[in-house]
Amino acid sequence: MQTPRTFRETCIKTFFLFTACISILVLTLIMVFLVMEGLPLFKTVPITDFLLGSDWYPTADPPDFGILPLIVASLSVTVVSSLMAIPLGVMTAIYLAEICSRRMRNILKPIVELLAALPSVVIGFFGMVIVAPFLQNYLDLDTGLNLFNASLMLAFMSIPTICTVSEDAIYSVPGELKEASLGLGATHWQTIAKVILPASLSGISTAVILGMSRAIGETMVVLMVAGGAALIPVSIFDPVRPMPASIAAEMAEAPFQSDHYYALFATGMVLFLVTLIFNMIAEHIAHKHKQTGAATL
Amino acid sequence: MKSRFKALVAALCLFVALPAWAGSVQIKGSTTVLPIAQKCAEAFMKINPDIAVSISGGGSGNGIKALIDGTTDIADASRFIKNKEVKRAVENGRYPVPFAVGYDCIVPVVHPSNPVTNLTLDQLKSIYKGDITNWKQVGGPDQNIVVISRDTSSGTYEVWEKKVMNKERVSKRAQLQASNGAVAQTVAKNKRAIGYVGFGYLNSEIKGLTVNGIQGTPSSTLSGTYPISRALFMFTQGWPKGDTAKFINFVLNPKTGQPLVKSAGFVPLY
Repeated sequence: MQTPRTFRETCIKTFFLFTACISILVLTLIMVFLVMEGLPLFKTVPITDFLLGSDWYPTADPPDFGILPLIVASLSVTVVSSLMAIPLGVMTAIYLAEICSRRMRNILKPIVELLAALPSVVIGFFGMVIVAPFLQNYLDLDTGLNLFNASLMLAFMSIPTICTVSEDAIYSVPGELKEASLGLGATHWQTIAKVILPASLSGISTAVILGMSRAIGETMVVLMVAGGAALIPVSIFDPVRPMPASIAAEMAEAPFQSDHYYALFATGMVLFLVTLIFNMIAEHIAHKHKQTGAATL
Repeated sequence: MKSRFKALVAALCLFVALPAWAGSVQIKGSTTVLPIAQKCAEAFMKINPDIAVSISGGGSGNGIKALIDGTTDIADASRFIKNKEVKRAVENGRYPVPFAVGYDCIVPVVHPSNPVTNLTLDQLKSIYKGDITNWKQVGGPDQNIVVISRDTSSGTYEVWEKKVMNKERVSKRAQLQASNGAVAQTVAKNKRAIGYVGFGYLNSEIKGLTVNGIQGTPSSTLSGTYPISRALFMFTQGWPKGDTAKFINFVLNPKTGQPLVKSAGFVPLY
């Protein structure tokens, strides 16, 4: 016979199962909708033309739906911003977790977390009104709205993510590892480089991938700052048009269930797949370098 | 007992139906027409306090889609309805009726420090095609031209494509901006830039150019001498009736709605 206590346990279990199922269901529905609205494009446009075409003229007559410049733009913006954000984010995390004093940490950590709370439209506006004219005048460019500026703004946005998550990972490395290393005569630097970093590698990799996913999916900043030319960039100072910017800018005016509409959803599918691949990589790395206890190092 | 129950049901029905007696008009669509709709709705609701007018933007395509789906009374559009959309509407048993509510005149703009004051339509076309790439070629300083355009799906771009590009393609190097405001902002911050905005978005930070020597003004737009202009529409579902008709009449009236079209930065019908 069930006691009231086990009955309550069962209720709680069922409730959690129910909420978990709902979120999975919603996600599945979003995916199904995305695919349903995206796939009709391939009835009129071959998938190779879509992915490898270098002309994006969705409203011309006849239209061209080649999103290669958009894909290249998204990836290049993400890579350049990662080059800036990863070292800064990880090093700040090491400093916060291992080097600075407790008082300093209490001041700095909230500031970094506050950065994460800045709305992207504010960062975009900052990039458009302050950074763009500065870059343009200082480097004598044709335009300040370009790949570099967008990457810079995206780096701003992903540094707090990378920093906070890596900091948590570094901070949670078991104390005995550190003590053992110091006890063997290793210096503080050697301990950080040889013990703490490898031990928190899975957390740091997750942080990096999370930061990159944030950069690749970010819409407002790239819409306002990237320049919006559907061009395969040859220089870091070329204007580009990443996928989210294109979707955000064109969806409102695309005639419902026209090829343009389908093409934007198909672009969304590509974006979704790219982020999915990113997350799978993160999962794989996290799994491979999983730290289950002090003994596995 | 039974009659009391009936009375209760009747009272409930009345209670539910009451809000429907007070009129409501829903408007959706073009962000270009939005300021006109907003100003008109405010003034309209002052005169008719029992009619609630609700407005949302979202773009011409979305507005017309909502009209086709029957989720709005009026669709704002900065372009005429497309064949495909008409077909879909008729399939759904709906017959969109267009009302021109004003005109928009599109003005090429440059940075105020740029000495160029006039461009011909041909020059504009060559600049946007990417054939002319230096301001020197059109009487300006020896600097690259940075071409700013609106997004290909915007109504403003459509006018530009039709009236200036003559169906030729805008160069891939053109930087596409998502709104009139963004174009104005970009040109104001960039000495080498050229862009185009609706008449209402001209301000002291950007310089409007004359086209073929003609300045874009309300009178040159209405007389048809200024070459780059378009009509702005409100579409209704069938010939308007009731509150919707009242609102459309209000907008078209030269004494009530049309001065508001002007104050929203567009060219009124009369």
